[in-house]
Amino acid sequence: MKKDDPETLSAPEKDAEGAGTRPQANADIADFTDDYPRFTHEMKATHTILVPDMLPWHFDLLVHVMKREGYKVEVLHNEGREVIDEGLKHVHNDTCFPALCVIGQYINALKSGKYDPAHTAVLITQSGGGCRASNYVPLIRKALKAEFPQVPVLSLNFAGLEKGNGLELDLGFLLRLAYSIFYGDLIMSCFNQTKPYELKEGDSAAARKRCNEEIKRALDSRQYRHLKKYVRLILNAFSAVPVSEEKKIKVGIVGEIYVKYSPLGNSHLEDFLLSENCEPVVPALMDFILYCVINNVNDAKFYGKNKRTALLFRLVYRYVYGKQKKIIAWTKKQGRFEPQHDFEHLRACADKVINQGVKMGEGWLIPAEMAALAETGTHNIVCAQPFGCLPNHIAGKGAARVVKEMYPFANIVPVDYDPSATKVNQENRIKLMLATARERGSSSSEEGGV
Amino acid sequence: MSKLLGIDVGSTTVKVSVLEEDGTVLSSSYVRHFSRVKECVLSELEKIRPYGETYRAAVTGSAGLGLAQRGKISFVQEVQAAYGAIRSLYPDVDVAVELGGEDAKIIFVTGGAEQRMNGSCAGGTGAFIDQMATLLNITVEEMDELSLQAERVYPIASRCGVFAKSDIQPLLNQGAKKSDVAASIFRAVVDQTVSGLAQGRRIKGKVLFLGGPLYFLKGLRKAFCETLGLDDEHAVFPENGPKFMSVGAAMYAKNAKEESLDAIMERLSATSDGDSITVGKPLFASKEEYNAFIRRHQRSDLPFRDIHRYEGDAYLGIDSGSTTTKLMLITPDNEILWSHYQSNNGQPLEIVVSKLRELYSLTREKIVIRGACVTGYGEDMMKAALKIDFGIVETMAHFKAALHFNPEVDFIIDIGGQDIKCFKVKNRAIDSIMLNEACSSGCGSFIQTFAKAMGMEIEDFARLGLFAKRPVELGSRCTVFMNSSVKQAQKEGASVEDISAGLSSSIVKNAIYKVIRARTPDELGSHIVVQGGTFLNDAVLRSFEIETGKEVIRPAIAGLMGAFGAALYAKENTPKDKLLSDIATEAELANFTYASRAVTCNGCTSHCSVNILTFSDGRRFISGNKCERGAGLKPRRDVPDIYAYKYEKLLSMPAPSVEGKRGTVGLPLQLVMYEQLPLWTEFFETCGFQVVLSEKSSRDLYFRGQHTVASDTACYPAKLMHGHIESLLDKGVDFIFYPCESYNLDEHDSVNHYNCPVVAYYPELLKANNERLNGDNFIMPYLDPNDETTAVKALKHALKRYRLPSSLIRKAFRRGLSRMEAWHREICEKGKEITAAAEREGREIIVLAGRPYHADPEINHGINKLLCSLGLAVLSEDAVFEEGKMTKVNVLNQWTYHARLYRAAEYCTHRKNADLVQLVSFGCGIDAITTDEVRAILERSGKLYTQIKIDEINNLGVVKIRLRSLLAAIEEQHRREEE
Repeated sequence: MKKDDPETLSAPEKDAEGAGTRPQANADIADFTDDYPRFTHEMKATHTILVPDMLPWHFDLLVHVMKREGYKVEVLHNEGREVIDEGLKHVHNDTCFPALCVIGQYINALKSGKYDPAHTAVLITQSGGGCRASNYVPLIRKALKAEFPQVPVLSLNFAGLEKGNGLELDLGFLLRLAYSIFYGDLIMSCFNQTKPYELKEGDSAAARKRCNEEIKRALDSRQYRHLKKYVRLILNAFSAVPVSEEKKIKVGIVGEIYVKYSPLGNSHLEDFLLSENCEPVVPALMDFILYCVINNVNDAKFYGKNKRTALLFRLVYRYVYGKQKKIIAWTKKQGRFEPQHDFEHLRACADKVINQGVKMGEGWLIPAEMAALAETGTHNIVCAQPFGCLPNHIAGKGAARVVKEMYPFANIVPVDYDPSATKVNQENRIKLMLATARERGSSSSEEGGV
Repeated sequence: MSKLLGIDVGSTTVKVSVLEEDGTVLSSSYVRHFSRVKECVLSELEKIRPYGETYRAAVTGSAGLGLAQRGKISFVQEVQAAYGAIRSLYPDVDVAVELGGEDAKIIFVTGGAEQRMNGSCAGGTGAFIDQMATLLNITVEEMDELSLQAERVYPIASRCGVFAKSDIQPLLNQGAKKSDVAASIFRAVVDQTVSGLAQGRRIKGKVLFLGGPLYFLKGLRKAFCETLGLDDEHAVFPENGPKFMSVGAAMYAKNAKEESLDAIMERLSATSDGDSITVGKPLFASKEEYNAFIRRHQRSDLPFRDIHRYEGDAYLGIDSGSTTTKLMLITPDNEILWSHYQSNNGQPLEIVVSKLRELYSLTREKIVIRGACVTGYGEDMMKAALKIDFGIVETMAHFKAALHFNPEVDFIIDIGGQDIKCFKVKNRAIDSIMLNEACSSGCGSFIQTFAKAMGMEIEDFARLGLFAKRPVELGSRCTVFMNSSVKQAQKEGASVEDISAGLSSSIVKNAIYKVIRARTPDELGSHIVVQGGTFLNDAVLRSFEIETGKEVIRPAIAGLMGAFGAALYAKENTPKDKLLSDIATEAELANFTYASRAVTCNGCTSHCSVNILTFSDGRRFISGNKCERGAGLKPRRDVPDIYAYKYEKLLSMPAPSVEGKRGTVGLPLQLVMYEQLPLWTEFFETCGFQVVLSEKSSRDLYFRGQHTVASDTACYPAKLMHGHIESLLDKGVDFIFYPCESYNLDEHDSVNHYNCPVVAYYPELLKANNERLNGDNFIMPYLDPNDETTAVKALKHALKRYRLPSSLIRKAFRRGLSRMEAWHREICEKGKEITAAAEREGREIIVLAGRPYHADPEINHGINKLLCSLGLAVLSEDAVFEEGKMTKVNVLNQWTYHARLYRAAEYCTHRKNADLVQLVSFGCGIDAITTDEVRAILERSGKLYTQIKIDEINNLGVVKIRLRSLLAAIEEQHRREEE
């Protein structure tokens, strides 16, 4: 890592009273790094890139885009005790659960014999914040070193980390990724609002499949930017599914980004909620991206940091947020589905609970989503977090009390995910939350379904 | 008319209640199920036949879910079941507390109904109490009775059974009374409930106590009433407390379908056992394989010599371990004359004395004990009490013994009852030592506890595993987690055999992958000696060989290796001209008695709990003290200890005489304030405020803020912060100041100079969870100390009600920064001074590297003092890092405090007399990343790496062993270099 980057130095200026930067006794550098394989341009043609099962709703589309750019990509779906065991073997005990799942999936896959280690690479996203999740790339490298030292680790980040060792992103590529996230979010939201009520088993899944195919076709050409067309297509596809009038308990899922979305991380939480006769409400992935973007803008505002790049981030923010607003407007107009959160509204919600300065991990986004969910009638919330997640001490468990005070009906259960915490334990806690929800439902309206 | 039937299947018990439709309870039962859930439920149901033909039934409880699903009986979550029953049976109750086998729950009924369960880190439950009783070697009932006679309460970590054990064991070994320990255990359970479950809400009003433990244990009831300040009127302990959930389930069953008891039972007995558990391979494929295995291991043995016939010299080794005492007498030719292995029963000294008496009756006049050596937890006490010649740290003893069996040994692993010790050996010297910690603690006693829970002897239980057909995979982490994995396996119908084998393999995996942190078995070396009582269990030994793919040596005396090593040490080190050991003679033993007394040392602010043993000949032995003062010695002046220096200086930083014309500001001395106190003291004093510091950290202070702790798994320094806030609120300051800082000081050695998320944003959590805090009395601006412009703006805004001019704020901020800089220089200077003195005096230096807030004696638990008492000079990471080079490491180096760690490690690599000990707070997620990196830096240049994990535990027994092992290894290293 480069030191003394003049851009990042912002020490207080020296003044008459002698405050200032500390003297540097030893300017030379002791290098303790190990060498590791880079992902070179040539590898694009020869290497299969493995992607962990992080975002089931979005990866179908994102991977399609990467393939279109010439990368050979494969999403891993291996699960089970062996995956977790590989993770436990290769990661420090106290490292967070997502790292363990991801690394376990890689190593388990590499050991399966399905992939030639000489022609395989792995990809991971990196947010670059003050949370230890930023260290996933080195952790994965360390883990691979013992048995698969030849496998390069690619980083997908927008914080300028790991230069020359990531995907070669150009504007068209980036735009396609962004649109994929929009479409993925919308499909996820519509599906979750349809599936619990579908009259014919499998209808919603079929609609999802149809939408994905349409979007993929659009991504192959320049068609994908016809946002309105495809938003309507998705909305209509799901509206066409015949549904019942039954009322079900809505359960919001917020929390750490990996365990929020990944079925491997959260023991198939969405499926569990569906089986409990609930409607899962999962906030959009784009909100997390906007959260990362706006944190850079805030950094400039709060601390005068990197003003020039902040300007760029502001532009990106405006562009993406503009699109998000449109999608929400079209969804409202169409009328069948509850739209996803408006990001500016989320920020307003955050301000009521916590300062937007809490920017590590998922930071202020978690209480913001809790508040926004409670406000829109989703009182029951699972706050999913890896056991011992540092930012979640503050923004998850720590903020729940304030949210509950503001929204007396809010029914929040923090659930820790951990390699050894059993599914029984997790489900038992969620069931307790659901029992409270049902009780309230039956006392306020008619008999709640059991 | 049909009856209501409620079945509560908990982790250890089954409760069945039958109710009339109007709610009258006809019968309730409570039995332990010993993991045979289905059979147990069926037999209980058989008993209720007389009450009626048809029933409406509901199941509840943590282990009942699967049963209900498969038997198609309606299920109600247990807290919900209790909630319903409370409201109809005890409408005037405000809060209900329920402790079960492995769950703890709290239900707030009034003032905003809320129901909570313990998280996955779960000390303080019935299983925890059982475990502790096992440790004390008494039944839970006996423990209860004892606790009522307690005279004092020791602080015991309550969060985790493992931590609690490491608190309790030394207490017992030091002679603390069982009654006091019993009461302390109950107190710990209460603390856990209050901090882990109440999370910011006070338990007050009328409280209903439910569940087995709270019904049966009077001592626990007493502890709850005392801690919560409840009188008889406000503490309700209902007659049906243990069965309350089943009553609740029965009430819930009102809406269930009416059916005959036979139909219910038929469905239940027809339920298939699930198959969703993962299973491994059997340990042995065939009986032949087993026999070959046994034959191979029989080869590693020591010869015996008949003590009745032998005449001549002998050497005695005593291993006073945490749970067991081992003794061995050998001849000069290393033949075993006599040995003994037994459980301590919490009275190690009595056992050694009685065994020595027995030994004397065997040795007659013919055998002369020329030397004796003691090792283990009880070393100091035994040495003092019985005048034993030598005492060595247990790691050395084990190493000595292993060398005897294989001079080429390069790896030793010892799994005992309480701990796992592993050492790598290079050039016949210990090269690195790894001990287990809180989250990697599955050891022998764990299997023992399980065996007991299943109503079996450990040997029988272990033997069952040898030929298990489908050993279950139970994971390899904390024992509490393993408990719930076992629970799940049982629920899925795993047999006792499969569980036994699974546990053996878990312990081995835990040792290899979590304690040793080996990525591949090859890292362990090629000549492995395994020892410790747990390895006498063939299932464990076999699992170890399977997991590593290597054949290892297990001496037949695996459980006695410590004693053997000690005896060898005595043999090698007894001078030729010394013909008789100093050990207490038969005559002296005949009259030997002792009395134990517990006092609090008031020598300094640590207020150590000190135990004084007075022997019949008038000598005294003092333990539990962290420094010389506790032992009644005079402390030396100018102790080479920068931790003590820093702490004292910080406390006197705010000027007490300054009248604040603008008011008083409270600064909580915790987390980032340990570094930035000079900055903010100077800032506020310049601005015209009087600065008031929070009280010194202590356990009591922690308890004062405990009810506002929101996340129990945060680190102890963070959790202490709650007490500091309470203290400042009580002092009545105008406002408390604590800034949120995403960015720490930029020292140009990390990419982003971040703070850790907890340090950075803890004020948010404090504000959200302490109802006494508000925007007026708690000021927490977001600022970056590196950027004056925005910092001044943020401060001006935060203090706007005082209308301070920007110019004043700027001036004050600058002065603050220079004072902080001066403070930093002072630390470095003091560091140099200590280094120079250490070099003059030929002292070893330990860089005790952690965070600035580890200077707090309540957080470091006096480890600095312990180091000093071992004759070392103590430096800190912030005193030396500037002399270390900038480092490039494999991980993303982006936190200020952590970059200092790397540089401090780098500093140690080129100083011969300096070694690094890393202090890690339990729950510090970021140190999960730094520790491996610091280790790599040190080991690359041949330095030893030692890590000490600290939490609320107060007892330094384990830490001392670790540090002494380190010292012994360093000495060994130096000696080798000289050769």
